[in-house]
Parts: sequence; C-alpha cells; structure tokens
Amino acid sequence: MNDVLLSVQELWVSYGNIKAIHGISFDVHEGEIVTLIGANGAGKSSTLRAISGLIPYTGKILYKGQELRKISADKIVGMGIAQVPEGRGIFGNLTVLENLKLATWQRKDKPEIARDFERVFGIFPRLQERRNQLGGTLSGGEQQMLAVARALMSRGKMVLLDEPSMGLAPVLVREIFRIIGEINQSGTTVLLVEQNANMALRAANRGYVLETGNITLSGTGAELLGNPRVKEAYLGG
Amino acid sequence: MTTFLQQTLNALQLGSIYALIALGYTMVYGILTMINFAHGDLFMIGAFFCFLGATFLNLPFIPSLLLSMVGVAMLGVTIERVAYRPLRSAPRVSAIITALGVGIFLENFTLVFFPYPQSVPTLLKTVIWNIGGVTISNLQILIIVVAILMMIMLDVIVQKTKVGMAMRAISWDKSVVPLMGVPLDLIISITFALGTSLGATAGTLYAIAFPVIDPYMGILVGWKAFIAAVVGGIGNIRGAMIGGFILGIVEIMVAAFMPSTYRDFVAFGVLLILLIFRPYGILGKPRPQKV
Repeated sequence: MNDVLLSVQELWVSYGNIKAIHGISFDVHEGEIVTLIGANGAGKSSTLRAISGLIPYTGKILYKGQELRKISADKIVGMGIAQVPEGRGIFGNLTVLENLKLATWQRKDKPEIARDFERVFGIFPRLQERRNQLGGTLSGGEQQMLAVARALMSRGKMVLLDEPSMGLAPVLVREIFRIIGEINQSGTTVLLVEQNANMALRAANRGYVLETGNITLSGTGAELLGNPRVKEAYLGG
Repeated sequence: MTTFLQQTLNALQLGSIYALIALGYTMVYGILTMINFAHGDLFMIGAFFCFLGATFLNLPFIPSLLLSMVGVAMLGVTIERVAYRPLRSAPRVSAIITALGVGIFLENFTLVFFPYPQSVPTLLKTVIWNIGGVTISNLQILIIVVAILMMIMLDVIVQKTKVGMAMRAISWDKSVVPLMGVPLDLIISITFALGTSLGATAGTLYAIAFPVIDPYMGILVGWKAFIAAVVGGIGNIRGAMIGGFILGIVEIMVAAFMPSTYRDFVAFGVLLILLIFRPYGILGKPRPQKV
C-alpha cells in the first residue's frame, strides 16, 4: 500500500456545548479514493471543514506528516489540499473564468497554470463554452463541475469532496462520479463525503461509516457494500 | 441658463466629495455586510492629516494628500484589526455599536489636540476663470478631477485585478474564499485601506474647498454620504458614485432655487422617496437566495 497522505487522529469538534465529532481517527493513502458515509448531521462536513482549517478542533490532523492545526486555511490550499464545499460555493458574481483563476491564488507557476486551464477545459468542455458567463447563471450540474474544476486549478494533490451528488439528476451524478474516477486515475487522492452511499462505496477503495460523530464501521468499498448493517441503514435494505 | 450651469458645476464638486466618502461605506459593507459608522470621522481625520502636513511640515498639495491617504489608511486598517475583526462572527448590532463608538472616540481624540476649529493654510493659489458668466475656479476643477481619477482607479482595481476579484468573491460568500487559497484577512485589510484612503482624499479636498475644519465636521457629511451609498445601492461601487452625485446635485439645486434652510430637508426627502421606489437602491439588487 502507498504512503499515508492524510492522517486524522483522535479528532474532536464541538460547536458550543454540542459535540459534533467524538474522537475519530482514519487514514487516507496516496492515490486512494476514501469515502465517509453517514446520515445528515453525522459529522461528515465538520470533518472536512476541520481538515481544511475552517473550524477549530482538538486532536491531530497530519498531511504528509506535517501537523495542520496552526496553518491557516489559505495556506492549507497552497500545500495541496483542495476542498469542493457542500453546496458548491460558486461565486455567482464572478465569471466561470474568474472562479477558476481565483483558485490559482496560491500558485506562482504561470506556464503550469496555463496548461492546467487546458486540461480542465478538456475535462469540462461545457465550462470552456461558458467561460465568460457569470457563475450564478450556470445550472446545478455545471456549477458542480465548476466547483470540481476549481479544486483542480488550485493543484490539489488531495481533493476533499463534500456531497458532490447533492441536488443533481441521476445522469449527472453518474457523470460527476465518472469524473472523480478520472481525476483519481491521473494521480489525485480523493476524500469523498456522501449521503449517496451506493455510488460512493462503488467508487471508493475504502470507506468509513460515520454515525453521530463516531466511526462505527470501516472496510473496503466492496466489504461495506455487502455489509448487512450498511445495506439496511444506507442502501435502502 | 448661466445660473444653471454654475450650479451644475458646484453640484459636481460637492457630489464628487460625497461620492468618494460613499465608496468607503459601500466597500466595507460589500465585503463584511457591516456599516462602518466611523467612516465619516475618518474623513475628518483625513482633513486633519492634510492640515498637519500643510501647517507643520509645510508640504504642498500632492504630498499633503498622500500623507493624508497613507495616514488614514493605516488608521483604518488598525481599526479593523483591533475593533472589528474580533466581532466578525458576533451579532451585527455589536459591530455597528462598536463602529459608532470608534467614531465618537476619533472625534474626542481629535478634540483633545484641537479644541477649536483650525484653518487650513492655502495649499493652492486660487485662480478664477469667467467663461460666459460662469465662474470656474481651479480648485473646483482639481476636486472634480482628483475625485474622478480616484474612482476610475478604484473601478479598475475592483474589476481588473486579482485582489479586486477576491474582493468581489468575498462580497458574494466569504466562507468559501479561504478554500480558494485566498487569505481572507489580508483582502479585508486591503479593502479597508482603499476605502479609508478614499475618505481621506475626500477630507483633503473638502479642507481645500472649505478650509476651516473641526473634529465634528465628519458627522453630518458622513451621514449624508452613507445615505448616498444606500440610495446608490449599498455594496455597489458604481451605485455609491451615482448616489453621491445625486445628493450633491439635489443639495446644490435646492440651495440655489429655494430658501437655503430647506436644503437638507428637501435633499433627504428626495432620497427617502427614491428609496420607497427602489428599496435596494438605484443599482442594488435583492440578493438571490443561496441554494
């Protein structure tokens, strides 16, 4: 197995007196797709927000062996962890091109940026067609593609995806998952948070089940798909 | 006709000062959805910086203006860092009360050093031309030109540069901005520096046009510019410019053609009526619901 890229150890997150995450630990290895599945409010988004440095936490998060706690959110992006946030977070008042350019803020490698624009437009030809349109005028599916494209533009070595299938028609969900697979094939490590457990576990190498802030099950994607408890609770029996 | 042309020129002069101040309100609101009620007093501090530069350092106009812009920008950035940033996630009303408090602090701090109105030395020799019955002074031209240059510069920064792009992104959704690798606090500081230095420019121009200054001069002018920003559509940069010019025009025209005591009453009446028909302001739009 490849090296551990991200290691979450004894992570606790609370909002005021409410504990959202109760000391969870998991690892993501280089080149993997790992998924966290669980119901609404299980703590999936909080986990990703903690990794990206958006919320305070206790415990350790190590990326390439380096502790992230003291590092600001923008620098964490510069280290290679990109997040596609829940609800996509497209800037509706910026054009598609500007949305993509903004994501290159931490990068200084101009020729590489130009090459990545070509690569991203190769993956998402729709975005190239609409590059001068405002983000707010895109459809839900196009916005999701733009959100993923931004993560690629920031040169994420690791991409955290928060509910990429949310609110999308089934055909678009399949398209998004196909693209996630493609990105992973080209060397990007993926940590995927999903309520759509079926799609997520099929795509993932490994998965963890999160229930009210605790990891209750873990295993390979196939193992979890076959697990009776997972079937009952997340795959509709 | 000459009266009308004359008053139009006066209106442009006053309007460009209001517009510069209104920009400061609208920029801070745009990125933090907070009204910086100390902004009128930063305008006053700007006038005092110009006064200090001209009186004690014997600086000519341009260096006095630059001193004022840099001094007030540093003060504005400090105020954001010390007073507003700790309250960023606090209820809106706390930030507003703090801003009012900062304003009162600035007035009284200035009052300690300058308990009496001060007269600003003549920085530029006034030259008056008479063109077909319309008198134009070089100061009027200077004020209008400097104000318009500043506004063009700001518009270019906001629309064409990377920092401006980040500012626009923050105004849409600041929670996502750090995920793009953009240092949020730095961009907010730059916004304060820009907005307050425009206020300082207005203070300097005002001190040249009306060279007697006092620590309370920013209160009424500040309120008026704030209302101009709201009428233009708070958070909208071009709106603030339009709002400032509208207020200048209405004020001057009322003073010219009605008893001058009617000025503020009619000016504010017009603005309130405008808001009834355009509650989000002239260029403001109701924010679309986020999905």
